[in-house]
Amino acid sequence: MVRERESQQQQVSYTVEQLVAVNPYNPDILTDLENYVNEQVSSQTYSLDANLCLLRLYQFEPERMSIPIVVRILIKALMAMPAPDFNLCLFLIPEQVQMEEQFKTLIVLSHYLETARFRQFWDEAGKNRSVLEVVPGFEQAIQAYAIHVLSLTYQKVPRPVLAEAINIEGLSLDKFLEYQVANSGWALEKGHGRSQLIVLPRNEYNHPELKKNTVDSIPFEHVTRIFPILS
Amino acid sequence: MASSYDYDEPSYDNRSYPPSSQVSDVAYDPNFVPDSVKTFVVHLYRHIREKNVYEIHQMYEGSFQRLSERMFRENPWPSVEAVAPYVDNDHVFCLLYREMWFRHVYARLSPTGRQRIESWDNYCSLFGVVLHGVVNMQLPNQWLWDMVDEFVYQFQSYCQYRAKLKNKTEEELQLLRQYDQAWNVYGVLNYLQALVEKSMIHQILEREKEGLEQFTATDGYDYEGGSNVLKMLGYYSMIGLLRVHCLLGDYRTGLKCLAPIDISQQGVYTIVIGSHISTIYHYGFANMMLRRYVEAIREFNKILLYILKYKQYHQKSPQYDQILKKNEQMYALLAICLSLCPQTKLVEENVSTQLKDKYSEKMLKMQRYDDEAYAVYDELFSYACPKFITPSAPVLEEPLTNYNQDAYRLQLKLFLYEVKQQQLLAGVRSFLKLYSTISIGKLATYMEVDEPTLRTILMTYKHKMHAVDSDGKIIPNADVDFYIDEDIIHVVESKSAKRYGDYFLRQILKFEEMISELDRVKLD
Repeated sequence: MVRERESQQQQVSYTVEQLVAVNPYNPDILTDLENYVNEQVSSQTYSLDANLCLLRLYQFEPERMSIPIVVRILIKALMAMPAPDFNLCLFLIPEQVQMEEQFKTLIVLSHYLETARFRQFWDEAGKNRSVLEVVPGFEQAIQAYAIHVLSLTYQKVPRPVLAEAINIEGLSLDKFLEYQVANSGWALEKGHGRSQLIVLPRNEYNHPELKKNTVDSIPFEHVTRIFPILS
Repeated sequence: MASSYDYDEPSYDNRSYPPSSQVSDVAYDPNFVPDSVKTFVVHLYRHIREKNVYEIHQMYEGSFQRLSERMFRENPWPSVEAVAPYVDNDHVFCLLYREMWFRHVYARLSPTGRQRIESWDNYCSLFGVVLHGVVNMQLPNQWLWDMVDEFVYQFQSYCQYRAKLKNKTEEELQLLRQYDQAWNVYGVLNYLQALVEKSMIHQILEREKEGLEQFTATDGYDYEGGSNVLKMLGYYSMIGLLRVHCLLGDYRTGLKCLAPIDISQQGVYTIVIGSHISTIYHYGFANMMLRRYVEAIREFNKILLYILKYKQYHQKSPQYDQILKKNEQMYALLAICLSLCPQTKLVEENVSTQLKDKYSEKMLKMQRYDDEAYAVYDELFSYACPKFITPSAPVLEEPLTNYNQDAYRLQLKLFLYEVKQQQLLAGVRSFLKLYSTISIGKLATYMEVDEPTLRTILMTYKHKMHAVDSDGKIIPNADVDFYIDEDIIHVVESKSAKRYGDYFLRQILKFEEMISELDRVKLD
C-alpha cells in the first residue's frame, strides 16, 4: 500500500517542482502553482511540497487566496493518508477560513480517518459527494489507506470489518478479494463463526517478530571513541 | 583570558568605576563617545582588519557585554556617526557596529517603531555587502550565529509588534503604512535563502562528505586567507530558515531547510551553544507536530543531557538565561512527547530524573482523558511552543484589532485536536501491558466500549504510533505493540532491551578517564 502511494507521489512533472525549488519564496509563481493543483487533480498526481508552497504564499497574502483551490489541496492531502499532510496544510490555513462549511466537512472527514472510524467516514463522505467527486481517485485512495491501517493491525481480519473499512460489500467485495488474492498476496480462510477471514500479507507491523533487531547494535563512530584506549 | 585585553583592563575594573546610576544621571548625549568606547571600537576595528578571530571574539563576547553592563544599561551605545571617525569611517565596520547597537537596544531597552525599521535597513545593507562578495573578514562563529539568530528574532518581534494594532499611536500607524516593506516576510525569507545559495553551503557540505573539502574540521573558518563570513552566514541561515518556518507553522518545509545538516552527528552547528539549542529545539518541535515522537524524544534527550553536563561553563555567557529557558521548554516538550508516546527507555537516567522532578505530577495527569489532562497539554504546549507569527501585512483600517495571538491559537487548537484523537490510547496501552493475549470482547468490556468501537481504537493506536517520514517510509513508534488474529489480540512484549554495548563503551571511557586522573595525582 505504502509503495503504491509513493509512486503516485513521484509521478510529477518536473517543471513546476523545479520552479518551487528555485523560487520557494516568490509570489510570482502563485498562478503556476494554482494551475498545478488543478493538474494534480486531473492527472491524479500529487506534490505536497508544491501545495505547501502555494499555501505559504496564501498565508503571506491572504487576499489572493482561492477557496476552491485550497479545498482541492485538502482533498488531495486526505488522499495521502497515512501521511500527516492534511494537518500540515491546516497549520497554514487561517482559522477563520477553516470555519467555512466546506472546510468543516473536510476536517470532520479527516478526524474520522485519523481515528479509523471508517463507517462514519463513508457515511459523511456519501453526504458530500459533490465536494469530493471533483477529485478523481478519492475513493480508491481512502480504501488504500484503510487497507494500510488494517494491515498494520491485523494478521487475519474478519470480512465484515474489512467490508466496513473499505465500503465494499457483497459481490463487489468478492470481486475485490479475488483481485487481491491474485495480485497482492491475500488469502481467504474460514473463521470460527460463519464469517470469512482474510489473511493479510505479512509485514513487520502485523508480525512484529519480523522487525529487525537493531536495538543493541553500536554505530561505528561510537566504537572509534575507544580505539585510542584499545591500542 | 584577562591578558588578552590588557589594554583597557584598568577601566574595566568595576570597583574603581562609578556605579551605573551615577552614569545615567548625566544627560544622555547619543553623540558623546566615552574613552572606553573609543578604545573598544579602535581595537575591534584593528582586530577585524588583522583577522584576529580570537581577539575579536574576546571583545565581542567580553568587552561589549561588560561595557553594556556598566555604561549602557539604560541608554543606547553612542551613535554610529559619532564613532565612525575613529574607524576610518569604514562602511562595513559601521554596519557591524550598528548591528550590535540595535541588538543592545532590543536586549536592554525597548525599540521604537522607527528603530525597528532602521534595524531592518541595517540588516539589508549588511547582508547586501556580504552577498555581493566584497567582504574579506574572518568573524567568530558566535557573532555570525548571533546575527542570523537576531535577524530572525527581530522579524518575529516585529510581527508581534505590528499585530498589536489597538494601542498604536497615529505616528506608529503612519510608519507601518509608510514602511510596509520593513521586515516583510518575503524579504526575510529571501535574504536567508540568498545567503544559503550564495554561500554554496549545500555544495560545501556535499563535497565534505566526499572528502573533497574541509568545513567541519576547521569549524567553518578559513585558514587560507579567505573569509568565513558568507559561508557561515549561509550555514546558520539554514537553521534560521528552520526557525522561521516553525514560526509560520510550516514544519515540513522547516525540516527540509535543515536537511543538509546531519544532526545525528556533532557538527559546526554544535560549536555555538545557542545554535545547537535552537537547531534541536525547532527540530524536535517540528517532529513532534509531525507525530514523529520517537525522533523528537531522541533529540530532546541528547540535547538536555548535553545542557545538563555543560551549562555550568556558560554561566557567565550573555546567552545563559536563554539557555536555561530553552532547557525548561524542552523538558516540557519532552513531557508531552513521552505522554503521547511513552518511550521512556530512550531517555537517559539523569534527564529522566530531572524530568520527574519537574513534571511527574503533570505527566500523570496527561495520561488521563479528561478536561484536566487537556488543561495540562494546553499549559505545557503554550509554555514551550515557539512564538508563532502571522506573516501577512496588517489591515490598517478601522476598527483596528489585535491579531498577535491568532497564529498561536491556531497551532494550539490543532495540537489539542491531535491530543483528543489520541485520548483513548493511554487507556488501551495500560490494558495491553497486562496481557499477552486477550479477546476483543473481553477488552471491550474492560474499556466499557462496544466491540466495533474497540476495533477502531486499536486501529487508531496503530495509525498514531506509526509515523511517516519525509520519504513516505513508515516508522514504528510504539512502545507496546500487538496484532490481531481474527478476534484475539496478541500483545508483543517490548523486550527490555538493555543496551549492553553502549553501557560497556561508556564504562570503558569512564574508567580510562579515572585512570588518567589518578596518574595526574601521582605526578603532583
